[in-house]
Amino acid sequence: MKILVCVKQVPDTTEVKIDKEKGTLIREGVPSILNPDDANALEEALVLKEQYDDVTVTVVTMGPPQADVMLRQCLAMGADDAILLSDRAFGGADTWATSNTIAAGLRKIGNYDIIFAGRQAIDGDTAQVGPQIAEKLGIPQVTYVQNFELNGNEVTVQRQLEDGYEIIQVNTPVLLTAVKELNQPRYMGVDKIFAAYKKEIPTWTMADLDIDADQVGLKASPTKVFKSFTPAPKGKGVMLEGTTKEIVTKVIVQLKQKHII
Amino acid sequence: MDKNLSLYKNVWVFAEQRQGKITPVVIELLGEGRKLADEIGVELCAILLGKDVKGMAEEVISYGAEKVYVADSELLENFTTDAYTKVITDAINEIKPEIMLLGATHIGRDLAPRISSRVNTGLTADCTKLEIDPEDKKIKQTRPAFGGNIMATIICPNNRPQMSTVRPGVMDKAVKDVTRKGEIISLNVRLTVADIRTKVMEVVKSKKEMISLTDANIIISGGLGLGKAEGFEMLSKLADKLGGVVGASRAAVDAGWIDHSHQVGQTGTTVKPNLYIACGISGAIQHLAGMQSSDLIIAINKNSTAPIFDVADCGIVGDIYDVIPMLTEELNNVEDLMKMINK
Repeated sequence: MKILVCVKQVPDTTEVKIDKEKGTLIREGVPSILNPDDANALEEALVLKEQYDDVTVTVVTMGPPQADVMLRQCLAMGADDAILLSDRAFGGADTWATSNTIAAGLRKIGNYDIIFAGRQAIDGDTAQVGPQIAEKLGIPQVTYVQNFELNGNEVTVQRQLEDGYEIIQVNTPVLLTAVKELNQPRYMGVDKIFAAYKKEIPTWTMADLDIDADQVGLKASPTKVFKSFTPAPKGKGVMLEGTTKEIVTKVIVQLKQKHII
Repeated sequence: MDKNLSLYKNVWVFAEQRQGKITPVVIELLGEGRKLADEIGVELCAILLGKDVKGMAEEVISYGAEKVYVADSELLENFTTDAYTKVITDAINEIKPEIMLLGATHIGRDLAPRISSRVNTGLTADCTKLEIDPEDKKIKQTRPAFGGNIMATIICPNNRPQMSTVRPGVMDKAVKDVTRKGEIISLNVRLTVADIRTKVMEVVKSKKEMISLTDANIIISGGLGLGKAEGFEMLSKLADKLGGVVGASRAAVDAGWIDHSHQVGQTGTTVKPNLYIACGISGAIQHLAGMQSSDLIIAINKNSTAPIFDVADCGIVGDIYDVIPMLTEELNNVEDLMKMINK
């Protein structure tokens, strides 16, 4: 069984700071990490690899050459192979164009049974690339997967909802997006790190993929960033005074104005 | 997609429903959709899929939809990505809306990317602000990124429809008026069992506590100032009333009053709900880092110099055991209270 895992290298957004004078993000010194939901996606693939004899796990990412470090981390966690999709032409892509490139990479690998991806990446938070890849590959998807079971070529998953979950059955090939409730990702294996750093990771460029130049990157992207800005810093608020009853009334007025109730 | 953009007209709202009930975010989409449609000078329409949906179609009209496109079929009883994508894509290609809004729910965020991918148009996720450019009448979609550290305004200049998922709890709700008239138009559903590759075996409802802090829109959080574990029962009553979940400071977790899974702050979970009520939390820097991007912060503390007041929109110096029970009680009488105030 062939499992592919889509991963992304992201800045650790909890470490991102704002330059208050310029109103811009300070990205310097912010560590790049394996996107958290993608670690859950990889973990589930690795669990399958432990359970069955014939499983291979290949991680795939689109990104700059620096993403190599993250791919080696995935190898050290236990993935068999890694592939980097990297070309200047892929840059500046929105989710539609990104999914074209990644789908082309996955198609080139071919014969996959299950594709795992994280629900969403913490830099963009769109949760769109997974479903868009599934569409471009013409395979079914289940998003927000919090529990996974395999029986032959039939997959049974719990799909998380806001107020519970649904149990869904689907046959392979299928694309599944993982939420953090799915599992606890493992650390890199000490015994695997050395091999991971020696392993050759192929880089596929435009020339290696069966895709037209007008389908990738910034130019192919239907959406454009019109502007970006940092939200106005929050000043100190007001102190509510009066009797408890008056204070409670003021709170309720606030909640009403903010459409919370 | 048709290259002739002038063929695309009207604002569409996806009238998401679950088990025969319209999802609350749809009322917000109709409220926002109305403003957008009026600014462009076009109609506000809804698209509704399900089984026996006529009653819901009338409800959607009462919230301001002028037309409701309805797909009624046994095969649409439960949401499935395949069935919903096919029916909505067919409708988009045939009727050609210029804007399509979906709630950024677990259904909307599954469905919208699949549709946008199939019709080859752009999609902006989890928008918190939508506006029409007065000059070209195109939509500008604003959304948070980088964990809420930055806002981006996105446009979709050359593809139609312009699609957005919209964060629940942000837009103004449409006002209901049962005297409104609208047109219900049946869509020709071209769907077979073979089109649907996923099978919904069961839908399981779980209690509110199961919802993770990160996804919660409303968090009522308690700290050492609660004084005892039972204080969390009081917070939990308020949380239930508001449809929120209970959070905690590290100190309260360390005191053994509540499980670690409720902890907010750098060593716990970072949250940014629409409402965060901090009860008896003094505001250690790690806690503040974990919650200060919440939209509305209300802090209640006996100590007027507590650092939590530096990030709070509304500060209350007082006893939580006075304020919280009264707030919980008064939430039963909101309508009366508002009438009294507006007089």
